[in-house]
Amino acid sequence: MIAPNLPKNAAKSPKIAFSDLKKGMRARIVQIVDCSCELERLQEMGLTEDTEFKVIKVAPFGDPVEIEVRGYRLCLRKKETSCFEVERIDD
Amino acid sequence: MRSNGLTTSEAPLAPASPPTEPIIAIVGNPNAGKTTLFNSLTGSHQKVGNYPGVTVEKIVGHVRVEGHSYEVIDIPGLYSLHPQSEDERVAADTISGAIDGRKPDLVVCVLDASNLERNLFLFSQLAEFGLPTLVALTMVDRVKGDGREIDLTRLSNLLDVEIVPLVGHKSKGIEELKQAIARNLEEPHVPHLDLGLPVALESKVAALRERTARLGATFSSSQIRRALLRTDNEAEGFLESFPEVQEAFEEARKQLLEEGVVQPTLDVSSRYAWAGMVHRAAVSTPKGPKRKSLTDKIDLILTHRVAGLAIFAGIMMLVFQSIYSFAKPVMDGIQYCFDWLSSWISPHLAGIPILQSMIVKGLIAGVGGVMVFLPQILILFFFIAVLEGTGYLSRAAFLMDKLLGWCGLNGRAFIPLLSSFACAIPGIMAARVMPDQKSRLATILVAPLMSCSARLPVYLLLISAFIEPKFGPIWAAVALFGMHFLGLVIAVPVIWILQKKIIKGRKLPFLLELPPYQWPRWRDVWLAMYFRSRVFVKTAGTVIVLMSIVIWGLSYFPRLGHTQQAQIRQTIVAQKGSPDEAQQKIDEAQLEGSLLGRFGHTIEPVFEPAGFDWRVTTSILAAFPAREMVVPSLGIIFSLGDVDPDHPGNLKQALHDAHWPSGKPLFTPLTSVGLMVFFALCCQCMSTLATIKRETNSWKWPLFVFTYMTALAYIFAVAIFQIGRALGAA
Repeated sequence: MIAPNLPKNAAKSPKIAFSDLKKGMRARIVQIVDCSCELERLQEMGLTEDTEFKVIKVAPFGDPVEIEVRGYRLCLRKKETSCFEVERIDD
Repeated sequence: MRSNGLTTSEAPLAPASPPTEPIIAIVGNPNAGKTTLFNSLTGSHQKVGNYPGVTVEKIVGHVRVEGHSYEVIDIPGLYSLHPQSEDERVAADTISGAIDGRKPDLVVCVLDASNLERNLFLFSQLAEFGLPTLVALTMVDRVKGDGREIDLTRLSNLLDVEIVPLVGHKSKGIEELKQAIARNLEEPHVPHLDLGLPVALESKVAALRERTARLGATFSSSQIRRALLRTDNEAEGFLESFPEVQEAFEEARKQLLEEGVVQPTLDVSSRYAWAGMVHRAAVSTPKGPKRKSLTDKIDLILTHRVAGLAIFAGIMMLVFQSIYSFAKPVMDGIQYCFDWLSSWISPHLAGIPILQSMIVKGLIAGVGGVMVFLPQILILFFFIAVLEGTGYLSRAAFLMDKLLGWCGLNGRAFIPLLSSFACAIPGIMAARVMPDQKSRLATILVAPLMSCSARLPVYLLLISAFIEPKFGPIWAAVALFGMHFLGLVIAVPVIWILQKKIIKGRKLPFLLELPPYQWPRWRDVWLAMYFRSRVFVKTAGTVIVLMSIVIWGLSYFPRLGHTQQAQIRQTIVAQKGSPDEAQQKIDEAQLEGSLLGRFGHTIEPVFEPAGFDWRVTTSILAAFPAREMVVPSLGIIFSLGDVDPDHPGNLKQALHDAHWPSGKPLFTPLTSVGLMVFFALCCQCMSTLATIKRETNSWKWPLFVFTYMTALAYIFAVAIFQIGRALGAA
C-alpha cells in the first residue's frame, strides 16, 4: 500500500520506539504522548517537543540509555521514555 | 505567651537579638559546582542541620567580606523550582521565604557554562521569584577548552544580572565573587526576563499573582502560569487554598482556552526556547571538526561492558576492603585506647562501685562505641567524595542501575548497600548520594539487613562449634555465605513493599546526568569527611552514649546482696573452685538477677518456639544495643567471664555442654542455624538506629526498622526451628 501524501523524507526518518534506538543514532522528539510516566520532569530536563538528541551508549545490562541532549549527557530508563514519539534523523 | 504582667516587665531585660546578617542563598543545578563554590566562600564555617520535618539537610555557612559577615545558605542542587520532590519543595520554600518567614537578601545562581542551556532553565524560574540575583558562572575553562568563546557582556545583558566567571580548580574568581556579593547587597538588582510567552497569558498571570499576593500568598508567576495551563491535581490543590480567586481563575483559564493558548507544555518549552536563544547568542560554536572529548575517551573504557564492569568491580572491592579490613587496625587502636582509659580510671573509682561500673561500662564504653565507627565513616566518605568529585559515581550508577532497578531502587543504591556489608552506619550515611528521597529512604531502611562485620563473630562461633564438626568445611563455607546472602534476598520484597505501600511521595523518573570527568577538589573531599564525621559524632553520638548508659543500668540493677555473693563464693570454694570461678559465678548470678536477666526469664516462653532458652534469650537481649555484645554476654551467662569475640575458645565447649533442664542439648545444628538467622535479620545495633534517626530526621523510621527487623528475625528463627524439627532435623 502506498500512502500518497507522505513527506519526501518519510522513508528516511521513520518513527521509531525510543527503546529501539541504537548507539550512535540521532533522533528527534516528535510528540510527547501523555502516559503514566512523569513526563513533566523529563521535559524540564530539556526533552521538549522537537528536541534533537543522540544516543551515546546503552548500559552493559541493557538499561539505562545515555543520550546527548542540549549539550549534556543524560541517562534514561527505557520504560520511562515510552511517552516519547521519536523519529530518526540521518546525518 | 504568659498572660501575667511579668512578661512585659521582663522583656527589656532579655538580651537584644543580634543584628541579623543578610542572607545569601546559593542556588544551582546538581553538578554545576555549587558545593565547591560554597566551600570556597565559607570554608569550614558551616553548620549542618535539618529542615524541620523533612529529611533534607540544611547547610548554612558564613562569609566575611571587608569586615561584614553574611549568612550563606546552600540550597540543595535541583533541576527545577517547580517542586515535585521534598528537596525541591524545601528549595522553593527557602527562596520564597516560606520556611523562616525571611526571603534571602541575595540569590547567587550558579550556572555551569559548559551546560548553559539546561542551567538557564532553572535561572528562568529563579528570576520569577523577584529577588536580587547574581550569577556565578562556573566551568568557564571547560568551555574555552572546547574551543568555544563566551561573550560575558552579552550574557549579562540577556540575563539582566551581574556575572562573575569562575575558573575551575584554582578558586579563581572567588575574591571577585565576594566583592560582587557585597556590591549587590548594597545595590540590589532584580532581573527581568522576557521569556517570549503569549501576552494574553502573561497579563492574566500578573493579575492573578497580584490578587493572590494581596491575600498573603507567595506564588511565583511560574506556579500561577502552570496552574492556568494545566488541569492536573496539583493545579486544583493550588486553587483550593484560595477560594476567593477561584472564579477569576476559572474565567482566565476559559478565555485562554478559547484563544488556544492552553497547552500543558507551553511553560517548559518557552523557557527552553528562550534558553536556547540565550545560549546561541552568548556562546560561540567551536571552530573546526568536532573532536572526541577526553570524557568520551575515558567513558569508552569505564562504561565498557567488559572492561568497565571489571574496573567497577575492582574499585568497589577496594572501597569495601578499605572499610572492612583496612579500617580494622585503626578501630582496634581506638578500642585499645578506650580499654586503656577504662583500666586506668577503674582503680581511681574502686571506692564507689556504682560510679566505677557506670563510667567504665556505661559512659566510656558508650563513647568508645561511637568513636570506633569514625574510621569507617572517614574512609567511606573519602571514597564517595573522590568518586563523586571525579564524576565516576554517576558512571557506577549507570552501570548498576539495571541490577538494582528491577526491585524498585536505582543504580545509586549500590555503594550504600555494599558499604552496609561492612557496617550499616557509613552505609546509611552514604545513601545521601541518592537525590531521589523516596529511593534514598528505602535504601536506608534496608541497609541494616545487609550482614555487617559485627555479625561475623557470631557466625564463626556457631559454625565452628556446630556446623563444621558435623558437616565439614564445605558446608561451613556454604553456611557462612548463606548468612551473608540472606539479608540481600530478604531486602528485595522489603523494598518492594516499602516503595508500594509505606513510603509516600511521588515516584519520579530515574534521571542520571553524566558530568564530564574532572579531578576531585581536595578541599571538598576533606570538608565532606570532616562534616560527615562531625554530624555523626554530634547527633548520632549523643543518642548512642545516652542509650549505652540506660542499657548499662538495665544489666547492673538490682544488685545482688552481699549475703548472696558470699553464699555463691562459699559453694564454689566448697566445690574446690578457684576465686576466679567464684567471681564468674557471681557475675552470672548478677546478670541473671538484673532487670535484663529477669526480662530474659520472663520472655523465655516467647523464644522457646525458636529453641532458645533464657540464657540465649538474655544474651540476645543484652546484644540489642550492639550485636558485638552477644559473645561476651554468652560468656558471662555460661560462667566464663568476659570472652574475647575473636578467640571464643572454651565458649564453644560450654555451648556444646549446655542442656535444657530436661537433659536435651540446648544447641543442635538446627538451633545454631536458627540463632544465626536471627542474628542476620535482627536489628541489634542502637548506633544504626541513631544514625537512621539522624539521616531521616524522625524517630518514626528507626522505630519502624527496629520493629520490622525484629519481627522478621523472630519469625524466621521460629520457622526454621519448627520446620526443621518437623522434618526430623533436631
